[in-house]
Amino acid sequence: MFSLRADNCKMQIQIRTFGFMIVIVDYDMGNIGSVYNMLKKIGRKSEITRDLEKIRQADHIILPGVGAFDSGMEQLEKFGLIDLIRHKALVDKTPILGICLGAQLMLEKSEEGQKAGLGLVQGEVVRFKFGPETKLRIPNMGWNQIEKVKSSTLVDILPEAPRYYFVHSYHFKLSLPEDQLLMSEYGYEFCSAFQHDNTAGVQFHPEKSHKFGMALLRNFTEVR
Amino acid sequence: MYQSRVIPVLLCNLEGSIVKTQKFKNPIYVGDPVNAVKIFNDKEVDELIFLDITATAQGRKPNLRYIAEIATEAFMPLCYGGGLSNLEDIRAVIKAGIEKVSVNSALEKDPDLISRAADVLGSSSTVASIDVKKDFWGKYRVVVRNSSKSLSMPVLEFAQIMEQKGAGEIVLNSVDRDGMMEGFDLDLIRDVSRSVGIPVIASGGAGNLAHLKQAIDAGASAVAAGSMFVFQGKHRAVLISYPSQTELAGL
Repeated sequence: MFSLRADNCKMQIQIRTFGFMIVIVDYDMGNIGSVYNMLKKIGRKSEITRDLEKIRQADHIILPGVGAFDSGMEQLEKFGLIDLIRHKALVDKTPILGICLGAQLMLEKSEEGQKAGLGLVQGEVVRFKFGPETKLRIPNMGWNQIEKVKSSTLVDILPEAPRYYFVHSYHFKLSLPEDQLLMSEYGYEFCSAFQHDNTAGVQFHPEKSHKFGMALLRNFTEVR
Repeated sequence: MYQSRVIPVLLCNLEGSIVKTQKFKNPIYVGDPVNAVKIFNDKEVDELIFLDITATAQGRKPNLRYIAEIATEAFMPLCYGGGLSNLEDIRAVIKAGIEKVSVNSALEKDPDLISRAADVLGSSSTVASIDVKKDFWGKYRVVVRNSSKSLSMPVLEFAQIMEQKGAGEIVLNSVDRDGMMEGFDLDLIRDVSRSVGIPVIASGGAGNLAHLKQAIDAGASAVAAGSMFVFQGKHRAVLISYPSQTELAGL
């Protein structure tokens, strides 16, 4: 009895220290080194890769990206990543975090392009629309506050007065209100982060948002 | 609530030191860039602009090793300019860890570089940096190559063409105000920000918070400053600073 428990314990330690892997998906869409750098800063080891086997084994997946919706889907297709990411998210239930374009790709479609998205979460991506009298510019480029609309490991513990860096012309429009995680305002209120089970996406750039981003990425690595 | 960005601009030279100029001339030594980036991390700055002001003049490529060293330490958005003459240079600095590229002198001969960069990086990562100087008759002129050459195209037309070609943002530098700390060229900011739909970052002349507010009120979406964040007092002692969140909220 005792030895069995000891073995169990040893095995768990091994999994925690050697098997634990955060993968940053590299599909050639923008600067993704900064996600790696910030994870390193908070003491989390990660790997930037498009190797299918490594992604298959990943315990946490981050899908970053900057650029146009169709190019993003084309790149995922080119590297044979679409089915794998869908399988990891929907079947294996691996925690997955999309950032900026990476998050937009997780929805079903976008006004920006013709291609179908990954469809991990129900909803679409739409362009900011303002009246003619507005002074607001597109893209929305800069820091903005967020408001939590539901509880989640990802956002429950954040530094005081959290703010994040945004660069985008399009924003999420979810089908299910219960998937909304954070809201922000630019001309009007829009959903700035979503979460459905193990699948989450943020429109802003945590990797470029100082301690606020560090806290969010740390929270993500603690999602089980 | 949306806050206008306040962006320190750091200029560096061949040796990789940070310097500060006045009217684009007389660079004086300020300090070590990696150290400065660490201080700006602690101060949680909105964004940083890093410009290698000697690369183009010396016909040099961007110093990638040095850029990577800075990028690794920067937990805020980072824009780089200097020596970017083609798409390969641009791809290389993005790979080194930069979010945005700022193109300036190359636009003289190859304005389409903006389109090509925007196609690859997306507009939001593509910045057109426009240096403006008043000529002998007081007329605004676009200048390039460290203000050594002026172009014939009027400033507003140049800005609009940059927008059409896909720039996501314009950094508007006033050469005459650079390093003087006596306030921005508000007429210039007003004219340019009215003539384009993309964000305009005002640069050149900031000396205090009131100046920043004036530029924002004149239409700038964001404000940049060099001297104001690296010098202290009338003797221009080197001290890196940045306004507090409370001060920024008042802008």
